[in-house]
Amino acid sequence: MEEYEAQEQEFWRKLEETDMSRSQMLKRSVAAAAGLTILSSPAAALGARRLGAKNPPLKGKSVSPKEMVAQAKKEGHLNTIALPPDWANYGEIMSTFSKKYGIPITNDNPNGSSAEENQAVRSLKGDSRAPDVVDDGPAFAISGTAEGLFAKYFNSNFATIPRAMKDTRGYWVGDYWGAISIGYNANIVKTPPKTWKDLLGSDFRGKVALNGSPLTSGSAVAGVFSAALANGGSLNDVGPGIDFFTQLKKAGNWLPVGGTPQTVASGQTPVVIDWDYLNLAYTKEFPAANWKVAIPSDGVYGAYYCQAINANAPHPWAARLWQEFLYSDQGQLLWLKGYSHPARFQDLAKRKKIPSSLLNALPSASVYAKVKFAGSGQQTKAKALIAQDWPSKMGG
Amino acid sequence: VKSGRRRLSLAWLGTLPFFAYTILFLFLPAGEVMVGAFKSVHGGWTVDNVRQLFHQPYYNAYRTSIEISVVTALIGGLAGLAIAYAAIREGTPRWIRSMLTTFSGVAANFGGIPLAMAFVATLGSIGIVTSFLRDQLHFDLYGHGFTLFTKTGVEIVYLYFQLPLMILVVAPAIDGLRREWREAASNLGANSWQFWRHVGLPVLMPSILGALILLFGNSFAAYATAYSLTSGTVPIVPILIGAYYQGNVLDNPHLAQALAFGMFVVLAVMMILYVPLQRRAARWAR
Repeated sequence: MEEYEAQEQEFWRKLEETDMSRSQMLKRSVAAAAGLTILSSPAAALGARRLGAKNPPLKGKSVSPKEMVAQAKKEGHLNTIALPPDWANYGEIMSTFSKKYGIPITNDNPNGSSAEENQAVRSLKGDSRAPDVVDDGPAFAISGTAEGLFAKYFNSNFATIPRAMKDTRGYWVGDYWGAISIGYNANIVKTPPKTWKDLLGSDFRGKVALNGSPLTSGSAVAGVFSAALANGGSLNDVGPGIDFFTQLKKAGNWLPVGGTPQTVASGQTPVVIDWDYLNLAYTKEFPAANWKVAIPSDGVYGAYYCQAINANAPHPWAARLWQEFLYSDQGQLLWLKGYSHPARFQDLAKRKKIPSSLLNALPSASVYAKVKFAGSGQQTKAKALIAQDWPSKMGG
Repeated sequence: VKSGRRRLSLAWLGTLPFFAYTILFLFLPAGEVMVGAFKSVHGGWTVDNVRQLFHQPYYNAYRTSIEISVVTALIGGLAGLAIAYAAIREGTPRWIRSMLTTFSGVAANFGGIPLAMAFVATLGSIGIVTSFLRDQLHFDLYGHGFTLFTKTGVEIVYLYFQLPLMILVVAPAIDGLRREWREAASNLGANSWQFWRHVGLPVLMPSILGALILLFGNSFAAYATAYSLTSGTVPIVPILIGAYYQGNVLDNPHLAQALAFGMFVVLAVMMILYVPLQRRAARWAR
């Protein structure tokens, strides 16, 4: 409310009061006293203050971008969690957001897991340090929704996100996806691998590594899924994937070292099974390693992550502005720059919004055509089988 | 002024920090583990977690953990004993002994990620020693089936701190072997083997047993070294506990607590075996 409006209202109020009778006046003062008592209780005062601040919208399209930016600026801050700066280009995404809107970001626990993100939403409820937004694996986005951790929000580009990659009620939206890839050091590996079966060859003795153990690493689980698809298994049965790794071990090709940027740079892990966006990032990051990437044609397995807004976000407007930014063409291309496929990839491609330099950095779109995503039930089933069989079949 | 009452000694106050510390960081967490091992994810009591320990893959994890601990305790223990004796016996220059114990003090405390990194840099697939053997002597270590990243590798790396720990622990006992005993034995016509069989080993035995138990526990509980060396792929119990507690994949803290409870039990069994053995070994002292 502008100042002149307030003055006008005060004027009208005073005008009415002069007309009031004495008895009315008395009644009013009693009511006022009661009202003051209620207002002085902290909960009611907080409620009143909330009413004072504008409630964030349910739909991005229902407010002007200008107003959203103004409200987010008023909050002045955005809390994110578990966004590794070198993962899917998050470093540049965060700095671009901050620069564009003048809103600083606090990124807590950059290497945290989805479980830790949901735990932070739970345990920091009501705290100003609570994460405003999370980037969860689908299983955690679904369980978090069921628990009531997230707020409904339909960003302005919600309609162009593929149906399979969003919660139609608006509690979460898929943000980007990647597929399992074979990254290899072309200085050491002379025959370029194209399929899972290729990795059983004698050229790969002691060279093939996953990104950690599938008992703790999500991308290693995805590697098992992909190997299963290539070896007669399915999303419902990853057993053949585990068996493939035991074959790999028997052939002497399995390297039980977790692939990291360091092991890739040093050449300690000549072949690393990992997400395409991580392997593709190594190609640019470590030119000396001569890193090349192939999507195994016999097991195209993908997974996506999900954006959700904390239902009790300390900066609710900034949280929604963050989502608007991520799903704008600019935000989507920033993800693509980090070699991950943003949710609106098809939409951008159709509208020819993707610069060819970005497209050329990725393996051709046709190799991704057969990509399969596992549902949360299939994930649970796979994890249970891996927990059961992996340690005894692969350890020791 | 003579007071009839005995004054309450306040000396016990000095022990307060110690007891507060052990209660907070040893007894409370241990109690939490023991209670949690018998709870289910849905609340309520259950023995399912503990029952699972007798099945795969947990049963195998205990076997691997115990194997690694026994192998490194025995090899580290025997080699450590021999080295300590060689350095301390009559005739060895004094400076060798002080150098050895100083080095052992450092090496016994070298563990975790730095130790794993050091071994990867020397004996890893592109380590200095591996590369030297391959390029200069044309011997491909990894081509011949050697690998640092499995159970054998973990054992080799653990020996790096097990052996010096044995030297540190057993050195004072070797000091206790008096020269006179040896002289007396030879005066009575005993040869070296007879001296060791009837005098040397019986005197040292209680210390050796105690040291072996210490080495066993030391490697049984080690986590960071094995984890960083093998990226969590070697299936030992502490690594499984870690997988169930944190990580992006498995989530069952009560099973993790049951696994930890199982480790308590293994150590308790070791202690129970140790007590009568120790008593028997120390018979001569009574």
